[in-house]
This record gives sequence, structure tokens and C-alpha cells, in this order.
Amino acid sequence: MQRIGVFVCWCGSNIAATVDVERVAQVMKNEPGVVFSTDYQYMCSEAGQAIIRNAIAEHKLTGIVVCSCSPRMHEATFRKTAQRAGLNPYMVEIANIREQCSWIHKDKEEGTEKAIVLARAALAKVMLNAPLIAGQSSVTKRALVIGGGIAGIQSALDIADAGYEVDIVEKEPTIGGKMSKLDKTFPTLDCSACILTPKMVDAAQNEKITLYTYSEVEEVKGFVGNFNVKIRRKARYVKEDVCTGCGACMQKCPSKKGLNEFNLGLNKRTAIYIPFAQAIPNVAVIDATQCIKIKNNKCGLCDTVCAAKAIDYNQQDEFIEREYGAIVMATGFNPIKLDKFNEYSYAECPDVITSLELERIMNAAGPTGGKLVKMSNGEHPHDITFIQCVGSRDISGRGKCYCSKICCMYTAKHAMLIRDKYPDVNVHVFYIDVRTPGKNFDEFYRRAVEEYSVDYIKGQVGKVYPEGDHLVVQGVDMLANEQIIHKTDMVVLATAIEPDPTARKIASMLTASIDTNDFITEAHPKLRPVESPTAGIFLSGVCQGPKDIPETVAQAGAAAVKVLGLLSKDKLVTNPCVSQSNELLCNGCSMCQNVCPYGAIGYEDKLINDHGIRETRRVAVVNEALCQGCGACTVTCPSGAMDLKGFTNKQIMAEVDAICK
Amino acid sequence: MQVEKQFKPKIVAFCCNWCSYAGADLAGSSRLSYPADVKIIRVPCSCRVNPLFILRAFERGADGVILCGCHPGDCHYSTGNYYTRRRMTMLFSMLDYLGVEKGRTRVEWVSAAEGVKFSTVMNNFVAKIYELGENVKLGDLRCKK
Repeated sequence: MQRIGVFVCWCGSNIAATVDVERVAQVMKNEPGVVFSTDYQYMCSEAGQAIIRNAIAEHKLTGIVVCSCSPRMHEATFRKTAQRAGLNPYMVEIANIREQCSWIHKDKEEGTEKAIVLARAALAKVMLNAPLIAGQSSVTKRALVIGGGIAGIQSALDIADAGYEVDIVEKEPTIGGKMSKLDKTFPTLDCSACILTPKMVDAAQNEKITLYTYSEVEEVKGFVGNFNVKIRRKARYVKEDVCTGCGACMQKCPSKKGLNEFNLGLNKRTAIYIPFAQAIPNVAVIDATQCIKIKNNKCGLCDTVCAAKAIDYNQQDEFIEREYGAIVMATGFNPIKLDKFNEYSYAECPDVITSLELERIMNAAGPTGGKLVKMSNGEHPHDITFIQCVGSRDISGRGKCYCSKICCMYTAKHAMLIRDKYPDVNVHVFYIDVRTPGKNFDEFYRRAVEEYSVDYIKGQVGKVYPEGDHLVVQGVDMLANEQIIHKTDMVVLATAIEPDPTARKIASMLTASIDTNDFITEAHPKLRPVESPTAGIFLSGVCQGPKDIPETVAQAGAAAVKVLGLLSKDKLVTNPCVSQSNELLCNGCSMCQNVCPYGAIGYEDKLINDHGIRETRRVAVVNEALCQGCGACTVTCPSGAMDLKGFTNKQIMAEVDAICK
Repeated sequence: MQVEKQFKPKIVAFCCNWCSYAGADLAGSSRLSYPADVKIIRVPCSCRVNPLFILRAFERGADGVILCGCHPGDCHYSTGNYYTRRRMTMLFSMLDYLGVEKGRTRVEWVSAAEGVKFSTVMNNFVAKIYELGENVKLGDLRCKK
């Protein structure tokens, strides 16, 4: 007979506010099988766990039900608690009365009743639990980093430094990401390329790191320690290992209409191109939509001039499959599209630009050679207006509800750089709030105001429109409480940032959760900020939330440490909730084998003693190392011989019964 | 005089551990409410749900059963939800034939990121069950007190 203990957690007021936890504990005390029931403010704390451990010892409990947060949060915690008290860790069931009860209901009566039902269902299940022994699985000592920006590069370098193999998959033809597009970085004003490109070179030269640029993750199978990833290597039409990056092809290519992605479309590039001079790998790529040879089978000039004979117009996408133990998501961000923000005339006026575009214009390797000019006519501007929070902190639904975090600082940087280089240019900044939390950040902003006389105006801009050669900015000065109609030469929009669109696709392949803004969710927002709730998936950089370069680098290092913690293990504890076959019932029909996605089911001829009749039968045998416990076989089996440990037919039926009671 | 009891439907939601259960958690942490009539049972994969569990639920007096899994193509176990889709198509037509209307059974794909969808789906499903009223078919009188 089972002796069950029920432990109801208040979770501070998270549960206790909408669930009468004391009543739940009282009601559960009278349920058959329950010998102990109590409630406590924080069951997951050491004091709470001590209550559980003591109760297990004192009342000789054979199983426990913890009514608390989601099992995805603390199931592991309470299993460990049970184990420390000498109970099999799989004799623990969680009733999720926080995420699936107290947080979604307002009425206390309703919430309490539901919590009782959920507790009863968990009790019904735990009564039928059997002790399970976990097996072990191997760890592939190799990590995958998805995204080759500063986040991905840093994570890869740190993992490689510890002696493990790392692969970086980057969708663009070069690594470097957004940071490679920046001119200077705040608050030190050091040159972005000067600090990034050496890291890019380090990554390329590190013998532990393999770069797959112009590649995308196509498919992910497996689980922590044993991921199997299919990578699409997009056709470059240039042999990567042969091309010397001499650039002769770019000089001869007659197709010059492609928009230069690296300069955000501010100028044109040839159909065959190297994204920028410091690209890694320094290898050309052909834009098939622009190449005359690929489109019309004419031209072929690049092939003629290529001394290395690297051009291959018939190249196809290639697929490679590799095994990894851990995966780091470093998919980064993009500025949002401005098609919903017509009031700024971004689409019509070339002199209305985004901050990232300004970054390219200010850059010596950019489309204007670093000269600040109006994109409409090439003239020197005399007045520049910055508009903050374009799409950030926007609850109208057009933009993003969150603060993009980096804009206040980079605008101060832009303003300062412009005033420093061109003292004749007046700079105005429209802002809602100036947010400068960070080391030396506020000092930096104050320098912009005090030393460089940048005119900060608290207020929002309603409209920007062209008037002759100029632009007119209509806004409000909230401190003076007056409307402002300001004539300016250039407008720079501090555009909100959003996760790269590939993040959603990749997260879904990895079964990693993402929030409503498409940022990847952490396993715990405070205590496990670089891990995904899905084991073996780690987060680096802006894919987790807006952050600047120092924070990104710090987080990338933290993610690398977590990866190393995983890769340094020789064995991982596997999930013991796997299928098992009842040899007495099995008729050897092979249906389970057909549905098993892991090939975990085989057949053996076994001597079976069926009620005194001894005969040799062909019966299913589950390979517990391969079985992942999906349960497909259990439903397919016509004779009911297959069952899933930890989620047996009887257990689920008991839960159904408890809920429908 | 018999007082008519207010109809409180019993709704069982089977959610796969990897997508829909996480989606339900996300709905919770985003405080997106749905009626308390929905009680969730966690299963490793939607393909773990034996048609017998659904029959059992109706037998025991459930008014609606909803099954949530990962989106087709996103199954944590590669192919589990495809089996679910086929099995449930068959089962639900059979149930409909037996008098358990199609509106009482549903399969939905909810990813771990779709807290909003989870809440919307549950709100819609519960509204449908209120519309259909109490389920009288399949109920085993021996199970009722």
C-alpha cells in the first residue's frame, strides 16, 4: 500500500493569492492513500525541501505529490529532494497549480477547486508510480553555435579555448554579424572593426573551430548530448576552398545592380562579391538573382578572370549532417521594418535614415567613404535631428512594447561623433526618456550634452515631411510645453530591434520556447539566464533579449561555460520513462517496430512461460538506450503489450478518472 | 422541487510535454486566462494518447476532450503528431457517429511559444462546450454517483 505525502506550495503569493492552499492541504489529507499533507510558503527553498525530507522519513512515505509550479520548473528539484531522503526520484508527481491554475484564474473559489482536482489527479497518478532507475547516455564532445556575430564568435572561442570542437553556422557569406557594420562603439568610442576583426580571424584560425558560412540549420534531431543536425550549405557558386579572395572577379563583373546588403542597400554591388574587405572567410559569393551567367547563360567573365579557377556556376546546395552534444543559439537581431511608420517619411525621403544606416555612412569603409553627406544630393548637412524610440516602447501595436536598450547610448555616440568631426553641424535629439544604466554610460551621455552641446528635446515627433531641399520635423517639447516645427537636413531614426526572423524557425526545430516577441525564453529569467528550458540548448546575445556589446560578450562567455559543463561530462543520466513490452501479451506483430522513430524496438525469440505452457515466442524487446519515451508504440500495439514507464496506461486513466470525478 | 444545477463542464486537455504543455505554462506566466473547467494532463507526446483514454473520459462524464501537440513537422519525436492526427481523425468520426458531437473533441497544434494561442484555443473550446451543453452519450451510469 502506498503512503503518500502531499506538499502544497504558496509560492509566496503567486499561488496563495488565488488558491486557498491551506484548504487544498486539508482536503488532500482526507484522500485515500494520503498519510501526510501540509502547506508551506516556498516548497522549493531549503526549508521547504527539509519539510519534504523529514516527512518522507517520519511518515515512511512511498511517494509524494508537490502542488507547486510547473514540473518544467521544479520537477528536477523535488526529485532530488526525494532522492536525498532515500525515496526513488520517480515517486514524485507535480500538480501544476501555478502556471495552469493560480496565474490564470482570478476567482479564489474557482482556483482552489481546480487546484484540488489537479492535486487529486497527481495523487491518482503517484499511487500507481513505480520506482524507476535512470540509465546513462553518451555525450558527443562537440558544440554547435548558430549565428556568427559577436555572440556566436565569443561563445565558440571560449568553448574552443577549453579544448572542445565547435562549429559555427552563419547564414550570411561572412561571420561578423551586426557588429561588423558598426563604426565606433560606446562608451569608449573604440573602432568596432578594430576589436571585432581580430576575433573573427581568431575564430577562423582556431583549429578547434569550423566555420560554415552561407549555411543554415535545416533539421535538428536528437536530444541533449546527442543532437543530430542537418546543415544546408547554400550554393556560393564559388569553391570556398579554392577562392583566394583576390577580388579580380568583382572588378570585371558587369552586373552592378545588386543592393549592397552590407551597406544596408545604401549603394550597389556586383553580382559576384565579397561582402566587405575583412570578410571571414575572404571568399566571393555569386548572387544568383543578379548573375547574368546563371540567369541567361551569357557572360561568364568572372570564370575567365579567376586565376584560381574557383567559379562553379553549377554548384548546388549541399547538406551535411553532424553530431553535437550542445547547441548555442546566437541568432541575433535586426532593426524592425518601418513600413508601419509612415509619419517619418522613411520610404520617400532618402535623407531620413535609420541609425544603422548612419553607422555605415559614418564608416570609412561605407558607401560615402566615411563622409557625412545627405543621401539625396551628396551635400553636407548643417542640421541633423535624431528621433528616439521609433517602434520601441510602443504599445500601439505597430512597434515593439519593449525598450530596445541600445538606442539611447548609440544616439549619444552618433551625436558626439558628428559634433566632434563636423562642429558646424547642429544636432538635436527628440527623446521620451534617456536611459543610461551601465558602466560609464551616464557620464558618456552627459559629455554629449555638456561638452558637445547636443540639443536634447524631451518629446515625441508626430511627423517628418520634405520641404524643398530640407526636412521639417513636427514635434513637441514637453518640458516647455510647446509645439516645435523644426527645419533640418537629415533625420536619423533610432529603430527598434527585434530578433532575427530565423530565430523562430530554429527555436521550433530545437523545441526551445520563445516569448511573444520572439525572444528565446530562458530556463529561469534570473537563475538560469543562458539556458533554454530544453536541455542542451544555450542562449547567447540578443536572441534572448536586447543587449549591448559588453553584455552580449559576457553572456556569450556564460553560455560557453554552461556548454563546457555539459561537454565535460562523459555520461548523462537518461530518461528512464521508456517503453517496455509485456512479453506475455506480445504477439510479435511488428507494429510497434514500424512506428518507432528511433529504431529502438527489436525482436527476440524467447522462452515464455504462459500460465504453465512453455513455448518459444517472438517478442518485442525495447532498447532502453535508444527509446526516447514518446509512447507511439503503446497506442499502436493491438494487444496492449507495450506500455510507457512513468506514463503508463493505468496512470493516465487514473488521472482522467480523477479529473472527471 | 428540483433546482437546476449550473452547468460546469468537465474538460480534459491532453498536452504534449514539449510544445503544448510549455505553451500552457507560457499562457500562465503571461497571465492569459481561460476557464478553470479545463484540466490538463501532461503526456510526453500527443501520440501517447490512446483513444481509450478519450473514451474513458467520456465514459466518466467529461463534456469535452482536447488534445494538443506540437505543430506538424515540429514534433519533438519527429513523427508522433502525425500518428495523433490520423488516429484522432478516425476516432472523432466514430465518436460523432455514436452521438458525441465533433465539437466535443478537438486536436490543436500549440507550440511552446504560443501562449496566446493556447489561451484562445481553450477559451473557444470551452465556449463550444457550453454551447453544446452536458454530454449524455457514452456516460457509464455505474461511474456516476
